[in-house]
Amino acid sequence: MSTPGTTGATAVSSTGTISRGRTQSLPGFDAAAPLLQVTDLNVRFPTDDGLVHAVRGVDYTLRSGEVLGIVGESGSGKSVTSLAVMGLLPGSARVTGSVRYRGQELLGQSDRSMSRIRGKGVSMIFQDPMTSLDPVYKVGAQIEETLRTHDSSLSSKAAEARAVELLELVGIPNAGDRVHSYPHEFSGGMRQRVVIAIAMANQPEVIIADEPTTALDVTVQAQILEVLQTALQETGAAMVMITHDLGVVAGIADRVLVMYAGRPVEVGSVEDIYYEPRMPYTLGLLGSLPRLDAPTRERLTPILGAPPSLVNMPPGCPFAPRCPLHIDECDAAEPPLFQVGAGHEAACIRTEQVERAHGHAAEVFSGTATDAVLAGDALPADLALGEGAGDTTAGDTPPPDQTEPAADVPDTGSVISTHRGTKDGDRA
Amino acid sequence: MSAPTTERTRSGATGRGEPILSVRGLQKHFPIKGGGLIKRTVGAVQAVDGIDLDLYPGEVLGLVGESGCGKSTTGRAILNLQPATGGSVVFQGREIVGLNRKQMRPLRRDIQLVFQDPYASLNPRLPVFDIVAEPLVIHGLTKSNDELRSRVRGLVETVGLNPEHTNRYPAEFSGGQRQRIGIARALALQPKVLVLDEPVSALDVSIQAGVINLLEDLKNSLGLSYLFIAHDLSVVRHISDRVAVMYLGRIIEIADRDELFDRPAHPYTQALLSAIPLPDPRRERARQRIIISGDVPSPANPPSGCRFRTRCQKFANVLDDGRREKCRTDDPALADRGTGHLNACHFAEVQSVL
Repeated sequence: MSTPGTTGATAVSSTGTISRGRTQSLPGFDAAAPLLQVTDLNVRFPTDDGLVHAVRGVDYTLRSGEVLGIVGESGSGKSVTSLAVMGLLPGSARVTGSVRYRGQELLGQSDRSMSRIRGKGVSMIFQDPMTSLDPVYKVGAQIEETLRTHDSSLSSKAAEARAVELLELVGIPNAGDRVHSYPHEFSGGMRQRVVIAIAMANQPEVIIADEPTTALDVTVQAQILEVLQTALQETGAAMVMITHDLGVVAGIADRVLVMYAGRPVEVGSVEDIYYEPRMPYTLGLLGSLPRLDAPTRERLTPILGAPPSLVNMPPGCPFAPRCPLHIDECDAAEPPLFQVGAGHEAACIRTEQVERAHGHAAEVFSGTATDAVLAGDALPADLALGEGAGDTTAGDTPPPDQTEPAADVPDTGSVISTHRGTKDGDRA
Repeated sequence: MSAPTTERTRSGATGRGEPILSVRGLQKHFPIKGGGLIKRTVGAVQAVDGIDLDLYPGEVLGLVGESGCGKSTTGRAILNLQPATGGSVVFQGREIVGLNRKQMRPLRRDIQLVFQDPYASLNPRLPVFDIVAEPLVIHGLTKSNDELRSRVRGLVETVGLNPEHTNRYPAEFSGGQRQRIGIARALALQPKVLVLDEPVSALDVSIQAGVINLLEDLKNSLGLSYLFIAHDLSVVRHISDRVAVMYLGRIIEIADRDELFDRPAHPYTQALLSAIPLPDPRRERARQRIIISGDVPSPANPPSGCRFRTRCQKFANVLDDGRREKCRTDDPALADRGTGHLNACHFAEVQSVL
């Protein structure tokens, strides 16, 4: 009844560990169809102030075995996107668009039929390991529940044996004893290991990890990232890694999607995004990061202002009020994603100016390094954005220095095209 | 107070004159009460257990460590917000430990705190004007309402906010703006030292960068000294002149910024630095990561000898039994063991991990 998955039983993980069961497509799904395809996803929440348009047209395709990093700041819609994919949004949310897993539409499915897919087809790791486990059940029981939901023929003994095996896999010492422990007996890092064990229990094809290490200390984060890599190798699953930490994405992702104000504003390979960003927002984010590996203390170049409110958004590029490259045309219409290179798209009409910076934020954002503040200018209050208060720097577009580009930046042969790239290139 | 010059040299603070703030053997233990009718103290959480620090005028001293290492408690004990259970804190020649609230009040003008969470540290029922004006009113520093208004206006402008917005409430501001309000309040009394407890941890990176730049500018223009408490080592490297690393209530390594980041000698510092992902895909993927096992032990019952030995990769993989015995029985003091700066490891060895 089960069809062999696309990764195939012969796939050998790079560590040479025994593949206990690689991912398999769920029966009844088209194994040839794209693994996970999100098209024009929109999520609106009704509030007292009006409809909050939290996700405004997200498109992405997840290929088999790849890790897609979704980065963005708080409120950019990255978590809501993944909750919509899993069908976990509250009933009041209005979701439109399409989410296809192996060709089958997930939006609009009943909770019952989604339960068949959750955990087995697509599983999820949540941010807070303190709240994502049920405090009144032993961790073993919670893993066994996941296993037996998808395989009713599994005996409780076999389920427990598998639970122990999973706990060992995620690096819990004395798994045989700890399987009988309650979540409160574990530390934060250990709980997150249990959550990962649950997520990988049924060899899902897709694991969505929503800020899986944000609540953890760095030394524990390093452990968990290693466990996640193990989980991917063991199951052959593809992963959507949602995080605000550009360091985590740099280490684990193959492709990166940058979100701003509920929309993807740049998509590309991890190298494109970090070394050759084309969207001013991406460049600004990189310039805002203090660098642990910086030999000299460079002035940070923050992005002025604050993200827009997602209620009644004005037309035009949502980043325009904060963008040093802002020109009048930016306010006319919200730019779609333009193809700027092979598999690299950016939602900006001034990508050529951004290209000249070659990832050096200071070339574009130099005006922000001196805190507007001490110069006597006021930072815009976020609620005043609609009143044009964010124009402190918008008027003077600093021409980016056209000095020679840094030598260590490889030529990616980017092609500037004004036409929207076809999404077919993203197919697995 | 009178730290030997040699010690100061080794902790990286040369030529900075007398410290403005001097901490010796600072200890903060929280009693653990037993169950039953009569609550007896059955133990103590050794949140801070013997810390020596010197803060020099105009300097930024970074204090880093993971959650539960005692860095925030250190900050609060230094400010006497949570009275220390031992040790001494000398600020400009005056002992702070043991002073009561009233005795502390004049000192509070000179040493102020900026809190981590800008959502919890501002009174939601007060307009921003009142929040910033409160310290001035309490200390009676302005003679007239006009003077108060212009002082508040100047403070709000200094931190980059629009003075016309001071009649608004904290809820009407974003996180970064609230943190600026918190900084304005801390600056109101023209302090000499700011203790910043995770001042940018709650902020998004693009906003965080603005607040970091602001703090740098304020330090330079107002001649402030910062004790900068944070868990984010990238931020600490960016802003600090010297850095102290804490683990389980103790300082385990302290050095000048570049010395610490480029030539860490304590295995914990090395693990901590190597655990931080770099936002650079090629470098990040080429790195060899030191992964330490387990979690921080309970400060109520710290391990014997070296407190880090239960997670130490060197203890587990490199040392022979005789040396391990030394780690188990002998509590390493903070000393220069030939690495050029102070660290608390019997077998310290410089190893670059970035």
